[in-house]
Parts: sequence; structure tokens; C-alpha cells
Amino acid sequence: MLSDVIYSIIFYVFVLMVVGSAIIVAFSRYIMHSAFALLLTFSGVAGLYVFLAADFLAALQVLIYVGGILVLILFAVMLTHKISNVQLSNPVTKPWIAGPIALVILLGLIWIIIKTPWQVKAVPTESVGTTVEIGKAIMGTYLLPFEAVSVVLLVALIGAAYLARPVPGGTTSSPRCPFGQPRQGGEAGGQQSRRDVRSEKKD
Amino acid sequence: MTLLQAFPLHHYLIIGAILFSLGLYIVLTRKNAVAILMGVELILNSTNINFVAFSRYTTQAISGQVFAVFVIILAAAEAAVALAIILNIYQNLKTVDVDEVKELKH
Repeated sequence: MLSDVIYSIIFYVFVLMVVGSAIIVAFSRYIMHSAFALLLTFSGVAGLYVFLAADFLAALQVLIYVGGILVLILFAVMLTHKISNVQLSNPVTKPWIAGPIALVILLGLIWIIIKTPWQVKAVPTESVGTTVEIGKAIMGTYLLPFEAVSVVLLVALIGAAYLARPVPGGTTSSPRCPFGQPRQGGEAGGQQSRRDVRSEKKD
Repeated sequence: MTLLQAFPLHHYLIIGAILFSLGLYIVLTRKNAVAILMGVELILNSTNINFVAFSRYTTQAISGQVFAVFVIILAAAEAAVALAIILNIYQNLKTVDVDEVKELKH
């Protein structure tokens, strides 16, 4: 049937999009390329959710991952590098150790997935919206995790705002230490000067 | 809406496995803290694909999707706090290279 073929083609385009852009994220030499490839990965995963009849999750994926987390990551990339520095590089350490580890885990996982006789039930061909069911589950069976997660979000909000707040009354040139007292005098002075030397070397 | 056909379960599981190994590779090799965070996000996405695929193909209950919602929420909280910490490290040390951040090491 022609529509089946088109359906399959769209599915494999999404698969290719997810896997290909994830490979770019992993192996690109420039961190901006990685960040923008991550956009394609997240969008492709949203497409896969649609194929899994999870419409609410697909919308959530686009809203939170593409619209929220990715924008945060792009902000972090741009704020932690000098914009005038074109290179924005993304150095790699010891790929000859991590590569085989990741490859062995991948091949092992694929072998297990193919060999395991999954107890698959017949998938319903009719798809109704999942939003109502998810809402009922969150407000019924999963009420306690839902409340816990909302407290976690509140704590994360306060923590992030505390960590990222500007220095009160100070200039950005003076470093401050949010995790304790700023180091001053004595042996700590040596640490400070060593750090200054290093940052000058970086500049 | 009528779905024309369902793809086999192991398609989704293999996509999840590929995303997981790529994320693991990123976490193990990258020196930039923001890039490591990207790897963590890839791993969380792969778990989410597995959750939703299993919930559709084996139980047909909604619980897998609810769990995926919680994973997405926690990923958002984790990203916000982690990026605030990374920006602070950059403010203090002028670097986000995780090999350079060794102030607590003796």
C-alpha cells in the first residue's frame, strides 16, 4: 500500500535525523555545531514520540527540550566563551579509551535487544489522545511523585537563581566564591595568585 | 486518528541504545562542561524513548508516559542548576574545562 510506504519513509527519516544529528553532537569539533545538532536530535525524538502515539509527550519534548533546555545550553555556550574568539572549540580527551567502551556497550545492548524474546502485545491501531489519561494518572495514582517533583522544581529554581545572581554591589572583575568564604591571605593567597597567572595565560 | 502500521519494538530500543552510547561517549571524552551536559541530555532522551516504547508495546498502560514526563521535568531542573554552576565556575576560574577545575584536588 502506498500510504504504508510513505509512513515508513517518514519514520526512517526521523530515525536518520535522530541518529545522524546525535553523531554530529558526539563528534563535532565545534561546540556550536554540537548545540545546533542537538536541536535536530530533540526534534527527531519528538517525531518518534508521535509514532509511539504519545502526543502529549511530543508536545512536551518540543516545549521543554527544544524551547527551554536547548536555549539554556546555547546561552551557556555563548556566555562561557569569548564571542570574539571564533574557534569555540570542543576538545576531546582520551577517545581511544572511551570509544571502545561506548562501542562495546552499544554492541552488547543491540545483541541483547535482538536476542531477547520481548512479550509484545498487539498494538492498537486506533490512537486516542493521551493527555486526559496522563492528567488523571498524575492527579490520581502518581499524586505523591507529582508533588515531590513540584518541590524539586521549586528548589531548583531557587538554587539556580541563587547561584547565578550577580555580585551584590561588586564588579564582575572580582572573582567571588559562592561555596564558602572568599580566600584571602596566607596560603590561600598563593592559590589566588596561581589562579590569576593561569587565567592570564588563558587570555 | 488511525495509525497505519506499528514498527517493531526493537527499532525503538536500538535507537535508544545508539543515543545512550553516543551520550556515554560524550560524557567520557569531552572536556567542556557544557558539552558533557549535552551528553547527559542525550542519555535522558534515550531512556525516555525506552519508557514510551515499552509502555506502548508491552503493558499499554499510561504509566510509562507519566514516568517520561517526570524524567523531562527533572532534566529541566538539572539543566538549570548545572548551567548556573557552570556559569559560576566560569566567573571564578575563567574556564569551563573540567580538567582545569581541580581546586579541591591535592
